[in-house]
Amino acid sequence: MIFLTIGTQLGFDRLIEAMDRIAPSFGMDVIAQTGKGSYKPQNLEARASFAPAEFEALIERSKLIVSHAGIGTVLTAQRFQKPILLFPRRFDKGEHRNDHQVATVRHLQGRSGILIAMEESELVDRIAQGLAMTSVGTELSPTAKQLCQAIVGFIEQGRL
Amino acid sequence: MLLRDTLENYDVRFATTDLTFAQQHGITNAETLPDCNRNTPLRTLLCALVAIKVILKNRPNIVLSTGAAPGYFCLLAGRLVGARTLWIDSVANGEELSMCGKLSKRTAHECLTQWRHLADQDSVKYRGAVL
Repeated sequence: MIFLTIGTQLGFDRLIEAMDRIAPSFGMDVIAQTGKGSYKPQNLEARASFAPAEFEALIERSKLIVSHAGIGTVLTAQRFQKPILLFPRRFDKGEHRNDHQVATVRHLQGRSGILIAMEESELVDRIAQGLAMTSVGTELSPTAKQLCQAIVGFIEQGRL
Repeated sequence: MLLRDTLENYDVRFATTDLTFAQQHGITNAETLPDCNRNTPLRTLLCALVAIKVILKNRPNIVLSTGAAPGYFCLLAGRLVGARTLWIDSVANGEELSMCGKLSKRTAHECLTQWRHLADQDSVKYRGAVL
């Protein structure tokens, strides 16, 4: 199953619509959390929102997560060791109040288990790539190790 | 939770606004704080008082906070008992520091951002990120 989520605060019809168009080609269910959008998908099992426990159960069941570039979802994907495909909201399309999601994906490019699509046309290939991932590294990223070391340093020496 | 392995060598007490979350991760002795934000003044006051109580009870040497307002109150209360205090701004704040993050620039001993471009050369430092 592919789990599509776009957060609960804003709609993101461009992603929902694009996923609705290509969903029949994946040969598996696509469950979608569609937030405040107005587009009514035909090929997705869609709900506006899920309770937190339900949401986590869907993440756990999924083979791949497709999401707006929300940090919360990236952290959840990492916690459940699931590959995640990020499709950033764009300011020029009125999808967010600025372009921080575009900045976020630029920072996350190349991380283990994280795929990025900037355009609708890239979704099919990136999803195929995500579904082919057999394991997502459980090891801490180099930046996470650095942060942990800094915190240990603070605990031991009282400063960074 | 991502930092938990790092902390296992120390005597750690967790404080959270969501006890079920702590329990899900096998932490049985977590302290609970009422959740609050700038739109809930009464709960904010209550939260500050509970934070002081939690700190007086546990007398920590070090207070680490990853946010938000409840964590910030623990950090302030920590200063009252002479603890060293570290604010770790959430990785979700990639555009600017949170309000409590900005306050902790002056009130905590150290303040970390998880985004390099938000660090200044002075009070806000970047030393990696959970992602």
